Amino acid sequence: MTGETFVMLNLVPLGVGILASVACALLGNFLVLRRQALVGDAISHVVLPGIVGAFLLTGTIAAGAMLAGAAVAALAAILLIEVIRKAGRIEPGAAMGVVFTALFAAGVLMLEQSNARSVHLDVEHALYGNLESIVWFSAQGWGSLVDPAALADLPPQLPRLALVVCAVLLFVVAFWKELFIGTFDAAFAESVGARPGPVGLALIVMVAMVSVMAFDAVGAIIVIAMFICPAGAARLMTDRLVPQLAWSVAFAVAAAVIGYGLAAWGPLWIGMASSVSAAGMIATASGVILMLACLAGPKRRGVRVAA
Amino acid sequence: MGERMEAFLSALLLQAGFNTTLVSLGAALLGASAGAIGTFVLLRKRSLVSDAISHATLPGLAGAFIAMALWTGNGRWMPGLLVGSALSAALGILAVEWITRRTRLTEDTAIGAVLSVFFGFGTVIVTVIQSLSTGGQAGITGFLVGSTAGMLRSEAELIAVTAALLGVAIFLLRRPFTLVCFDQDYAATRGIDVRLTDLAMMGLTLAVTVIGLKVAGLVLIVALIIIPPVAARFWTNRPERMVVVASAIGAVSAYLGAVISSTGPGLPTGALIVLVAFALFSVSLVFSPVRGLLAGTIERVVLSRRIHERQGLLALARGEPIHDPLTRRVLRRRGYVRADGVATEAGGRAASAAVLDEALWAAYRRRFPDEAAAEPRQGLVPIADAVPPDLLATLRGELRPSGARA
Repeated sequence: MTGETFVMLNLVPLGVGILASVACALLGNFLVLRRQALVGDAISHVVLPGIVGAFLLTGTIAAGAMLAGAAVAALAAILLIEVIRKAGRIEPGAAMGVVFTALFAAGVLMLEQSNARSVHLDVEHALYGNLESIVWFSAQGWGSLVDPAALADLPPQLPRLALVVCAVLLFVVAFWKELFIGTFDAAFAESVGARPGPVGLALIVMVAMVSVMAFDAVGAIIVIAMFICPAGAARLMTDRLVPQLAWSVAFAVAAAVIGYGLAAWGPLWIGMASSVSAAGMIATASGVILMLACLAGPKRRGVRVAA
Repeated sequence: MGERMEAFLSALLLQAGFNTTLVSLGAALLGASAGAIGTFVLLRKRSLVSDAISHATLPGLAGAFIAMALWTGNGRWMPGLLVGSALSAALGILAVEWITRRTRLTEDTAIGAVLSVFFGFGTVIVTVIQSLSTGGQAGITGFLVGSTAGMLRSEAELIAVTAALLGVAIFLLRRPFTLVCFDQDYAATRGIDVRLTDLAMMGLTLAVTVIGLKVAGLVLIVALIIIPPVAARFWTNRPERMVVVASAIGAVSAYLGAVISSTGPGLPTGALIVLVAFALFSVSLVFSPVRGLLAGTIERVVLSRRIHERQGLLALARGEPIHDPLTRRVLRRRGYVRADGVATEAGGRAASAAVLDEALWAAYRRRFPDEAAAEPRQGLVPIADAVPPDLLATLRGELRPSGARA
């Protein structure tokens, strides 16, 4: 493995994997603490019809159109879930199940019916993601990192995800108080004017945004592992929110690096001809991290409150 | 378009060849079983566990494919794939249980983690398949979003027969399932093993999921377990009827979905089944007389009219002017006031009747506070419609001494 091929073939996917993982993990902490882990599940499915719909309307796969499409789909889904939950007095999980499966099915049908498949969108891609396809063709080696001509050709996913991580950080810092109080005591948050409702909705819109951006690298389902596993593992390490965020970021980076490494080079070590799905391996690595935390995390039991 | 319509009609009426007919009927049986078990899963509040089950089938499915391809050279033998799926799905259920029982993570986190990690690991194995052989992955892709095109006759028969058997098993177990769903402590005193019943429920869910993989796809099969019962919830409050309605909705959705899908390319079976089910659900959501949006809206409007009429009449009796436009409109329509807001003769009579009725309601509240508190219609309907005649007579007697007030 020379530096040249590494920079060209592996550096960008690895960076995309790490950034997507970190952005998801940061938001995942709040989803896990708010018992909304499955909202992440629902949103990541709902993103598909949003993206395909935006493509059918605009005819492009520009990031802006997709973001708008996904945000609209996510908000529509949340609204529909609320209507079903209230009108039918249905438990939120089932209401969510109705909405996200139906919207995902609509996305699959639109995808199969349209010619979106020709522009890099197909069902398998949407489910599995394709991290390996993000290749930096004009990279000549480590020197390309400071070469403006080569940098101009850098795959757009990398700077885009860097922006996403910044946006997530900004969101968490700017709404820290609201997120913090709203997560642990929504009623108290309401009473001190910390607006838990709008901030909760903003959290979901952020989840939708991150899902879209991570979507084409890791797919609709594996992104759920990025939301939940590092945050869940971090929850078992500490009782305090800031250290938990730090742990989750560390786990996210570790899962991305280990997962990507195993996927790209692991098969070669055991004599197989080609690499395996990097996104899938990152999910697997994050699952192993979660399992280890379940077995040995210092705070794995937590405080049992008598019912 | 005319051609497609013709194809649709002939498939709908079971005239489109033996295989299509067999597949559609098998799908209908599968939908019925999924709706039935889904009802109990919904009542037990475990709908999304089925989401974890369905995604957790992928590693077993892909693993079985590789194992069979290495041993026998043919990885697409369906019974083997289904056994592999069932094994890894069972492991997924155990993992969800293990995480929620052993750690402080909540069930939603456990479900999300299991479904995505198992799916991710399955993806890894699928890429191994892709690197091993060239024609192999086609056998797996059909399981993702459901494909009945090119399904073998033996596969369709396997699905139909197993779905029917599962339906029978669910029917036999309906009593313990219902009891455990509604009151597990009571069920335990009746000698029902709650843990075993839950296990049977999850086992049947798993079996329906695995059988349905090829028809609806592993991402969407969960919809067949969730949507029909939720739709049925809008039509009835009784569990035994809910099972029947959910089975019917499931069967119709799966049947129509399979039929539409058979009429042309680019029509994935799973997606169509889910969309038909969602359409039936939407109809239920809007039009159900029990708790539909339309019925709810009508009820709210009627209630608001009734309150405005009652309060308007009481205001008339007190000789107060009425400013609220809706109250005035309601009274006008009933002919109780003139356009300028002055009471008509009928309005005067209705106002005195309303005052008397209010006094009787007040007497009822004084005399029988507990019963009155349990009466949701107090002050909304004439008290004569709400209490038996002898009680009404008692209340009238109660009023007489202080009758001068009215």
